[in-house]
Amino acid sequence: MTDEKSFVEIRHAQKAFGKLEVLKDISLSVDKGQIVGIIGSSGSGKSTLLRAINDLDPLTGGEVWLDGVEVNQKLPHRQYEKHINQMRQQVGMVFQHFNLFPHMTARENVTMAPMLLKGLSKDEANTLAEEQLDNVGMLERIDYYPSQLSGGQKQRVAIARALAMKPKLMLFDEATSALDPELVEEVNQVMRKLAEQHMTMIIVTHEMDFAASVCDRVLFMDQGVVVEEGPPSMLFKNPTQPRTREFLRKHLENAK
Amino acid sequence: MDIELMLKVYPFFLEAAWLTIVLSVLTAVLGLICGTLGAFARLSRFAILRFIAAAYVSVFRGTPALIQLFILYFGGPQIGIQLDAFEAGVIGLGINAGAYMAETIRGGIISIDKGQREAARTLGLSHWQAMYKIILPQAARLMVRPLGVNLNMLIKATALVAAISVVELTYTAQRYIGSTYKPFEMFLLAGVLYMIIIYVTGRGVVWLDRKVQIT
Ligand SMILES: Nc1ncnc2c1ncn2[C@@H]1O[C@H](COP(=O)(O)OP(=O)(O)OP(=O)(O)O)[C@@H](O)[C@H]1O
Ligand SMILES: [Mg+2]
Repeated sequence: MTDEKSFVEIRHAQKAFGKLEVLKDISLSVDKGQIVGIIGSSGSGKSTLLRAINDLDPLTGGEVWLDGVEVNQKLPHRQYEKHINQMRQQVGMVFQHFNLFPHMTARENVTMAPMLLKGLSKDEANTLAEEQLDNVGMLERIDYYPSQLSGGQKQRVAIARALAMKPKLMLFDEATSALDPELVEEVNQVMRKLAEQHMTMIIVTHEMDFAASVCDRVLFMDQGVVVEEGPPSMLFKNPTQPRTREFLRKHLENAK
Repeated sequence: MDIELMLKVYPFFLEAAWLTIVLSVLTAVLGLICGTLGAFARLSRFAILRFIAAAYVSVFRGTPALIQLFILYFGGPQIGIQLDAFEAGVIGLGINAGAYMAETIRGGIISIDKGQREAARTLGLSHWQAMYKIILPQAARLMVRPLGVNLNMLIKATALVAAISVVELTYTAQRYIGSTYKPFEMFLLAGVLYMIIIYVTGRGVVWLDRKVQIT
């Protein structure tokens, strides 16, 4: 094996919760600017894989590399904390349940980390917040608290919060699954816009149409392994693996 | 009922009530310090700290506060701890209140959705930054009422230091009973003053709780 590494490189990722093996030797590389979708049934390990990338769920085996740096390298506790905080600043993450900070306005949600971690002044941070919130169409609600926003609006603020750290990579874990159907599109639009700006993204989703339209590549996971991967045109139209076909067939039935 | 007697002695009771208030404030401050340390120790990643804090909480909640005071005040000198009654009262009650507050504070912290911590850590905040910027401001709001309950109990518990002769409300009532033989009036007077202190404190807690709620 050569040591040429992609922008994001996962090598032989393994994860077990006690006896339960959730990730079984998964390898994945993502190039800069690429958009990778991950689909699969509930419990197949999609979130666990995504969360391993910024070490939110530490792997029990294997390596994660981002832009030439090993994310989950072995270091003494203190050094590791410093290192991982540094790495996480470069990776934006968007959660199914938004996880906005309820005691802060949209503006404060966005400015908090850049001020604390990058030493931005209040003015600089405010300009940044206005820019980022404008980007997701939330400028008008800049001084609202999360409780005063709809689900779609919350998620857009959460995306702005992540983008304000100027990440190299964005991770989305079912960003629209908790939304009412009519609010899904406003969030999808923001993600499409990011795609146009060539943001590197890994997107866990249950929305096949969306995955088909934005992803360069889609992975189908089942029981902790990547069963099949390829461009959406192939994976969705001509899956080669029986398990993929079964999953897509069931998914179609449920959608009806 | 001897109203005249009550009117005659109540200034002395007011003075004693003041001492009860001072005692309560000092106890509350010490309790908050012990409680905060205890809560963080219980949540520490170091097993030894978790063990010490768990032992602290179960020992001090598992024995009568009066016994704790007696051990400190009467037993202390035997092991080289010399405290006057007031000091022993504050320290004994403060450490006792801390054991209850530790549970309240820990409860507040762990009741914050873990997604909050994850979102903060994902942005690159350290454990303590996440604690101080994200978890504690939310947890503190949830803790106001339960800490108010701790405060209520702590104020009532200050009556125990009468047993080591601190001249607070209860002791004062007992002393006047000795000279007047009117326990009903004397205890009633003390009770009313306790009630006022606790009522005002309770209103304060409610006010604070409203004030800190997230819109
Ligand atoms: N902290 C944990 N402790 C124990 N088991 C866990 C933990 N987190 C996840 N699991 C288990 O790991 C498996 C994979 O979970 P994961 O969340 O990665 O699935 P998923 O593919 O994201 O599913 P979903 O589509 O429902 O989000 C599941 O069986 C889950 O129960
Ligand atoms: Mg998931």
